Order: sequence, then C-alpha cells, then structure tokens
Amino acid sequence: MSAPTIADGLNCPLPIGEYDTIVLAHGGGGKLTHRLIDGVFKRHFSNPDLDRLHDGAVVDMGSGRIAMTTDGYVVSPIVFPGGTIGELAVNGTVNDLAMCGALPRYLTASFILEEGLPMPELDSVVASMAEAARKAGVAVVTGDTKVVPRGKADRLFITTSGVGVVPPERVIGHERVAPGDAVILSGTIADHGMAIMSVREGLEFESEIRSDTMALNGLVEAMFTAAPDLRFLRDPTRGGVASTLNELAASAKLGIVIDETAVPVDGVVRSACEILGFDPLYVANEGKLLAVTAAKDAEKVVAAMRAHPAGKHAAVIGRITEGHPGVVVLRTAIGGERVVDMISGEQLPRIC
Amino acid sequence: MKYLDEYRDPALAKRLSERIHAVVKRPWTIMEICGGQTHSIVKSGLERLVPPSLTIVHGPGCPVCVTPLEIIEKAVRIAAQPGVIFTSFGDMLRVPGDTTDLLHVKANGGDVRIVYSPLDAVAIARKNPDRRVVFFAVGFETTAPANAMAVWQAHKEGLTNFSILSSHVLVPPAIEALLSAENNRVQGFLAAGHVCTVMGYHEYFPLVERYRTPIVVTGFEPIDILQGILMLVTQLEEGRHDLENQYARVVTREGNAAAQRMIFSVFEVGHRTWRGIGEIPMSGYRLRPEFAAFDAERLFDVGDIAVRESPLCIAGTILTGMKKPFECPAFGTQCSPEHPLGAPMVSSEGACAAYYNFKRQGSAV
Amino acid sequence: MCLAIPGKIESFEEGSFPRMGKVNFGGIRKAICFEMLPEAKLNDYVLVHVGFALSIVDEKEAQETLRMLEMDEVRKELDGEA
Repeated sequence: MSAPTIADGLNCPLPIGEYDTIVLAHGGGGKLTHRLIDGVFKRHFSNPDLDRLHDGAVVDMGSGRIAMTTDGYVVSPIVFPGGTIGELAVNGTVNDLAMCGALPRYLTASFILEEGLPMPELDSVVASMAEAARKAGVAVVTGDTKVVPRGKADRLFITTSGVGVVPPERVIGHERVAPGDAVILSGTIADHGMAIMSVREGLEFESEIRSDTMALNGLVEAMFTAAPDLRFLRDPTRGGVASTLNELAASAKLGIVIDETAVPVDGVVRSACEILGFDPLYVANEGKLLAVTAAKDAEKVVAAMRAHPAGKHAAVIGRITEGHPGVVVLRTAIGGERVVDMISGEQLPRIC
Repeated sequence: MKYLDEYRDPALAKRLSERIHAVVKRPWTIMEICGGQTHSIVKSGLERLVPPSLTIVHGPGCPVCVTPLEIIEKAVRIAAQPGVIFTSFGDMLRVPGDTTDLLHVKANGGDVRIVYSPLDAVAIARKNPDRRVVFFAVGFETTAPANAMAVWQAHKEGLTNFSILSSHVLVPPAIEALLSAENNRVQGFLAAGHVCTVMGYHEYFPLVERYRTPIVVTGFEPIDILQGILMLVTQLEEGRHDLENQYARVVTREGNAAAQRMIFSVFEVGHRTWRGIGEIPMSGYRLRPEFAAFDAERLFDVGDIAVRESPLCIAGTILTGMKKPFECPAFGTQCSPEHPLGAPMVSSEGACAAYYNFKRQGSAV
Repeated sequence: MCLAIPGKIESFEEGSFPRMGKVNFGGIRKAICFEMLPEAKLNDYVLVHVGFALSIVDEKEAQETLRMLEMDEVRKELDGEA
C-alpha cells in the first residue's frame, strides 16, 4: 500500500483502506477514527461490551470487593524478542490485579499513537494484545485513541486499567508478613529486561533470550488452592526482585534473607548480565511473582506452582527475619553476605 | 560460562578462606587497585571470608572516580551543544560535573548515547556525517587500545566529524604515588589483571624492589581474588616482596604487543590529574600531536571552567586508602548515590557507592 | 576498571578492517574486534573488553590454577592425617 494521493481531477482523499500509516486525522473523532476503531480495535478485541462502541462500559461484578489498577506502557522498541507492548499492557495489568488476590475480569485500553506509525505494526500489536487478553481470560470492554504529531510520542503508548473481583476470604498484604515466613519466587529472573537490552540500539547482541511476559492469574489461583492463607504477592517488574524485596522489607518493617544460589537465573540471561555488568536481581521481569507464605505452607505452594506452566522453576529463595528490619541481605553463592539495597535509577551498562 | 563459573565455586572459596585464616597471623592492610575487583569483592560479600585483622582497601582503579571534575564538566558542556552526538560508556552518564551530569543533558534534549564499544561511536559518526560525534574516551590501560583503535579507524576513513574527549590514566604511576606518600599504610597490592593483559607485568618489578612491597597480579572472579589475597598475605607473613602472577591464564610478562603498538601509535604518555588525588607525573595518555584533529578539547570551545569539589568530600583519603568510606562524616547522610558529593559515590564500584549499595556498615551483616 | 569476559570464537569475517569475528559468551553472540589479537584462532577462548579481544585464555594455565588449589587441599588433608 502507498500513502494516500489525490487523484487527478478529484478533490477528496482516498478511503481509509489506503492509509498505511497513522495520520493525525485518525485521532480526530471523525470517519478515520471510526474506521480505525472498526478496522483494528473492534476487529481484534470484539466482545458484546466493546462492540457497543460506547466510551464507557457497564459490567456485572457481583457483590463484594473489587480490585482496580491502572498502568502505562511505553516500552521501546514496541516489538521485542518474546513479546510486544500490547502483551505487556494486558499481562501487566492482569498481574497487578492478580497480585491483589483478585480474579481479573475487565480491562480498558487507551492508545496514544504517534503520527506515522505503520498501520500493520499497530494491527499486529493489537492482535497480540487481544490474544494475551484471551489467554488471561479478560475482556477489553472500552478504550480510547489519540494521535499525537510525529516526535511527541515514541510510536505507541498504551495505558490499560483493569478491574477484578477479590474472593471474600482473601486478605493479603505486607501487614500479614511475619518473621519465619518463606519467600517464594515463581521462576527465572531478568529475562524481560535482558530481552529488551538485546535490541537496544548500540548494545545489540544475538541470543535466544525472550521476554517472560505472561499473565499470572492462573498461577495465583493454583497457589491459593494449595494454600488459602497466602500472605503477600507482588510481581517484581521494574527494579527487579531486589527492589520489590526492599519495598516489602521497608513496609513490613522486617528483614529478609535470600540465598543467591536459590534464585533461578537462566544461563544465557546470566551471560548477558555479565557482558553488560548488570546484576540480575535489579533487572525487570514481566511474568514472575514473589510470594510470602507461612513456612509450613511453603512446600505445598511451591509444588502447586511447579505443576503450573507459569511456575515451573518456582523455589523458596529466602525467609523473613525479625533482625535487620527494612534490610534485605543476600547470602552470596561463594558463602559471603551482602546487603541488597535499592538502586538509584536504572542500571546502565558498564565497562568497569 | 566457561572460565567464569569454575572461579566462583563455593567449596573452593571455603578452602581458600580457611587457608587465608591459617596464614594470617598479624594485622595487614592490602589494596586492590582495580574498581572491577572492588565490585567483585563487595558483590560476592568476600570480605566476610577473610580474617578481620586483614584490612582490604579499595583503590583508585575506576575511571568514573578519577576522571577530573573539569573533564566531566567539559563533557556535559560539549554534549549540550546543538549538532553534537555525545557517545559514552554507560559508566560516565551519572557522574556529576560542576553543573550537571550527562543523563540530565540528555533529559534536556542533548543527544547522548551509550555505546558498548568505541568502534560503535565511529559507526555513529559514519552514519551521521552532518553531526559532530564525540566519544568520551576514558579508561585505564585495558581500554586504551580500543579507544586508540577508534581514532585510528576514524583517521583511516577520513572521518572529520569524529573526535574524542580523552581522559586515560595508568596504574603503575598511581601505585607509585600511593607508595611514596608519607602516610601510606598499604602493605601489599593486588594488581589489576586486565590492565596487565594489555601491558604485561614487567612494569611492576621496579615498584616491588624500590618499595619492598609485594604485588600479586590478580583476576576478577571470587576465587581469583581469594587466591590473590592468599598469595599476598603469604608473602607478607614470610617477609617477602615478590611480584607474583595469580592470573596466568590471561596475563603474560610482556602483555599484548599489538595492543601496545596501537596505544602508542595514537597516544603518548603525559602528566594527568586524578580526581581526589591530584596531578601524578606521567600517569596518563594524551593524543599524539598528529592526531590533534581528533581532540575534542581543541575542537570545542566550552568556555572557562572553574570547578570546585565539595569541601565535605574526602575522596582523596578514600581513594588512597587512608580512610574507609564509612569513616567519612558525609557518608550516607549528605552524600549518597542519589546525591553524590564526590566521584567514589557515583560509580557502582566507586569505593563509597560500593559500600553504600552492598554493605550499609553496621546495619545488618 | 575493566569488565572483561571470556568467550569462544565462532567465526571470522573475511577481509574486514578492522578484523572482526563472532564470539559466543555463554549463549550471547557479539561482533568483536580482533585487530589486537591477530594470533587468535577459531574455537579459542578470548578475553573481551569493550568489544575488543585482548588475550587468549590459556587452557593449561587455567587448569593449573584450579589444580594447584585442589593440590593444596590434598596436601593439607595429608598433613592433617599425619
């Protein structure tokens, strides 16, 4: 397809179908906007609520507590090994709900499109997003689209909000964490962050590393089935496992000790970290969770996790302590010890 | 990874630790000169594996820490100029100059890019003929051949839009400066294995003799460092001062001849100011006159630069091993990785940041 | 200073200047400059810093280091028994 042209003797632009990139008029609220919604968003996300094409959706949540969350996605590049910004936008928001102990139900999606974004690229991102929603068992029920002039956004930004239902018996949070509890990690760390690094301009490398982007609501249900008394759940995204554990230690006013050898890291991901001088504990994940359970429940929770595809490499990586409140201590692989602190800003590749 | 995993073996580490405990009878102070080794020591919690009577001082072997404030300020001023693409290793982006750092220059619209290799900076210059591409060429002897090669390559291709802001420093003169200081308390050195990969270790024989101080060329993995420490304390306890090579799998006496040739085709040795330490004679490389066209300091007018270090910062005493970071009154209070007063708090392996990030003395481990 | 990582040479580019090759670091492949290490051969393990191969890892020396450590241990155990 080529860019729209004005045919000889005609004053009107050719129909939408001829557009192979996003133009400002796609966000203008007129025909182009409607065609974009019909041709891309409705086509992929179609469900009775969305198909009404209302700016809001009325959904039935039953009675009781609901969980809500919202999150913006600005990853660059928008397609990366193992995923797209669309899958992240669904899985991330689904996971934020699941980490509240909720059953994720509905999402909304807001798209900021940069003028000039190729239409096929948008289409494939939205298709991957719809597929992620199907896998996670959630419906995108309403949304919004804006187009900004070239240079005012980086291709495509997505904000998703989500709601879910929290079963009445579930109470989780840092208040419930107690000394002696077990800290459980659902699988290998740093896959997502290093997959992104592998395609960062100037740092590119060839590898098999794939983002771990994945919805974790199924895994969480398996865990609650195994041990209804789960105490704490969090997905260690930006800032990695180290940052999440530090947040937990600070808010619970307790210490945490983790064992470096127990933290699963894929061999190739570890190599990538070595080359760039990264500590995998601080690298982002998009399909992993940290959980705290009573020590007596740890074994059965880990067993239930390992039986689920999203938790094959689940392991107990440490425990909660009364000592050194607010501080995370790592028992290093060679038998030393160190404090794992928060880092300032993101890790930058280093030569020294 | 082969040649890394073997040198992280916990059982071997335990045995080495026991050997070190058995050998050490008296208190000793030793220094690892290299920031990469500092990183490894702190990251693996290795100080827990040596006797408390053995003091390990983290030396000035990190370009982030020793690159003078004035050069950093030049970097941020050049990077802020329109039409410039400023390229750098990730390490230098957070180092504050007098006014700001490169990350903030980027945030304010400067085109600052991280590169993995100096050749990537040359490639950027090739691709952007209408832009001026500057590479922040920092580093020790290990990095110098690569930086030299970038200039050599740009010269060969006739690229007129490429230049380097050069700040290269050398290890042996720094060790000499430390040893000749009146209040020196370092009794033995772990020399930086990767520097010696390029330069060999023959340069260290005169230092060992003149200052009757043992030096062990040491690698970077925990087992390497523990073995280096064992070799060093064995010498100290036996009253020897020899030059030994723990890192024989990659380091030879003469080093890498091709790399040395590349360095000296492009650079020559000159005096250098080290941040926190001051000027050390013949302790750095500068571009040879025939490569002046690649010297960003000549090409860019950045105005007068008068920089002033924070009066609270005791970086000099830290880098020369007189004091440990937690002995500084500003440590962790006025000075933290978010608000560094001096360079050793900036780099993740700067002695202060290393302590801050990994240790938080007294609070836990 | 000086993060340098060992990797295995998988291929060389023909007739390039600077001389480049592909090095595999535990599953990560990168184009590396061999201008400083003309003697490197296919399948050698080389130490790489900022995209430059600087030294061939000497397999014999590497084993020797580890063997010495093991020997030390055996000797110590023998001493202990004696």
